[in-house]
Amino acid sequence: MQTVHSPDFKRNAARALADTGLQKALGTAKGAFLVRRANAVAALPEFEQLRDIGRDIKNHTLANLDFYLETFAANVERAGGKVHWCSTAEEARETVLAICRSVGAKTVTKGKSMISEELGINDHLEHHGITPVETDLGEYILQLRQETPSHIIAPAFHLNREDWEADFRRLHTHLPKDRVFNERADIVAEARSTLRDRFLAADVGITGANFLIAETGSSVIVTNEGNGDLTQTLPKVHIALASIEKVVPTLEDACNMLRLLARSATGQDFSVYTTFSTGVRRAEDLDGPEQYHVVLVDNGRTNMLGTEFQEMLRCIRCAACMNHCPVYGAVGGHAYGWVYPGPMGSVLTPSLVGIDKTGLLPNASTFCGKCESVCPVKIPLPKMMRHWREREFERHLTPGTQRSNLRLWAYFAKRPGLYRLATRLGIGALHLLARGKGAFASLPLAGGWTAGRDLPAPQGETFMSAYTKAQRAKARR
Amino acid sequence: MSKEAILNGIRRGLKRGPLPADQQAMLAGRLASHPRHLQPARAQLPRPQQVALFLRNVEKEFGTVERVPHAGAVPGAVADYLAAQNLAPKFVLAPSPELWAMPWSERPMLEFHSGRAEATDLVSVQHGFVGVAETGTLMLPAAPTRPTTLNLLPDTEIVVLKASGIVAGYEDAFDRLRAENQDALTGGFMPRNIMFVTGPSRSADIEQTLELGAHGPRRLHIILVDDDPAAIQAEHPDAPHGFDQG
Repeated sequence: MQTVHSPDFKRNAARALADTGLQKALGTAKGAFLVRRANAVAALPEFEQLRDIGRDIKNHTLANLDFYLETFAANVERAGGKVHWCSTAEEARETVLAICRSVGAKTVTKGKSMISEELGINDHLEHHGITPVETDLGEYILQLRQETPSHIIAPAFHLNREDWEADFRRLHTHLPKDRVFNERADIVAEARSTLRDRFLAADVGITGANFLIAETGSSVIVTNEGNGDLTQTLPKVHIALASIEKVVPTLEDACNMLRLLARSATGQDFSVYTTFSTGVRRAEDLDGPEQYHVVLVDNGRTNMLGTEFQEMLRCIRCAACMNHCPVYGAVGGHAYGWVYPGPMGSVLTPSLVGIDKTGLLPNASTFCGKCESVCPVKIPLPKMMRHWREREFERHLTPGTQRSNLRLWAYFAKRPGLYRLATRLGIGALHLLARGKGAFASLPLAGGWTAGRDLPAPQGETFMSAYTKAQRAKARR
Repeated sequence: MSKEAILNGIRRGLKRGPLPADQQAMLAGRLASHPRHLQPARAQLPRPQQVALFLRNVEKEFGTVERVPHAGAVPGAVADYLAAQNLAPKFVLAPSPELWAMPWSERPMLEFHSGRAEATDLVSVQHGFVGVAETGTLMLPAAPTRPTTLNLLPDTEIVVLKASGIVAGYEDAFDRLRAENQDALTGGFMPRNIMFVTGPSRSADIEQTLELGAHGPRRLHIILVDDDPAAIQAEHPDAPHGFDQG
């Protein structure tokens, strides 16, 4: 599995804030997804109801997950495919390698897949002499740069057009040096022509799956470029990687989820290619793979069932939560230190790799609640981050100063009279210190806060005394 | 074995054993009846408006459309489109008897072969199965007569679609498939592959700005054959005469 760098969040975030290239890229991208999603949602009056239905479909599926997975597997096999059940990342990697070796594969094309990132498929194949070729435009440049995705649907979110041009010039040495890149379209065209031969030469195609359909034994991918379809159509072997919570019961259930997915993700009504794959090439077919494998991965998910994190398994990986997150918008995806960034990552990463390995990731949030309000399946992300913070505290994973400060606060909080007295004195003191100015530009012991913004100075009385006064006034009326 | 480990892990998490028989029967019943969920009102329209919505949505997603009054007009529409795009009059034609029966010889300049697409094919002529009005989406189920590569390898894909094939939502498209398709391998209705295609290929991976023509076709052109009298609006200039257009 990819190494977890989440405990470095604070340092990574500070670095990200000072990275002018990254800040430019975030600035360019910021807002684009938000406006498109808002327009798409506004154009479909039923959207809110579809969210409730989506949540219910996923809850129903999770409550009967064993039944639906077995049904799915039986239907894959009926269509000539094979399902490989894998408990761990290691088992999944070995399974993929064994399939590739069984056909003597030299190169493998890949559609964009976050589960592939989670499992570390590319490194494993490369280590064993098989060349994986990422074909999604964003994933392709990241493979050239030896980077990981910084966003779950727009992997190269952190790059600017200049980066693309520089990398293509550096690495596509087979093309004339003096070629011009006037438009983004020139970059897209170069990637298209460079990857065409790779598609045609590949022995195996590996894709992810947005959904699995129990009723028909199908895997579904949703893309705009068409690279995923070329990946799963041209080679002799198609491997679909999917985690166990991707299954939905019927095609009708999938239709509801698809109405939510593209709108929440890119703000499209429907993605360009939504493709259902069911088994192997039929006897009379002129194209399509001769082998169809589904690698069904647990890798920690069954442990989430029955816990306060079960609802996280509803996630359909649309990225609306990170697109709307002020923290993600300020620092980008790499700061989060593992495969899944943003609010969904802050909940999922500790669930999959362990809270002891993720540092203070569940604290990388302002708790503004925007993520939950845009989630197509209504996952209570802030509540779950709070659960993780409780676990951090219980397991003594929070820093000493924070713990002693909390203990100090708890001492007062448990003694309301003392608490009121202390806050009244504190507020009075701050009010005097501010000397009529509205805010503090600097303050001892709060340098971390005032470095980036002013601290508003208290104006007058505490909440409790204002509240008591208002209650008394109401009683007199 | 990991299958048992995963299934047991699920049951442990859900704090129960294997589902009792009556619960399994209930779930099997849900699969068999595959109930529909809420259908968006936007596509629940009289036939002429439904077809118009489909065409509008195709164009919104950067596809292009031409409407012809009967199948006999398709070869001319293909030839004229290729000429207008300044493309060579050469293409690979889906091996469908219905497409083959069209009067291609009336346009002797057209050069074509039949089969799947290869890397060298620049234009394909495919036949659509169903068009979904809700989002302007084509449903293209794989079949010996409808190779998947035709939708992927050429720069330009032309899809011939009958107006009678236009439905409101994706569920209606699947219902057509359930009713009309039988898979040789499974005996069910699902073919190996179904592509739902909405406009030409694109990517927004560079600075979240849309560029057309990523890996699939750069152009998607739909030739709609007006075979459905109920779908034709009175003001349609190419409407065949003699139909009841009420």
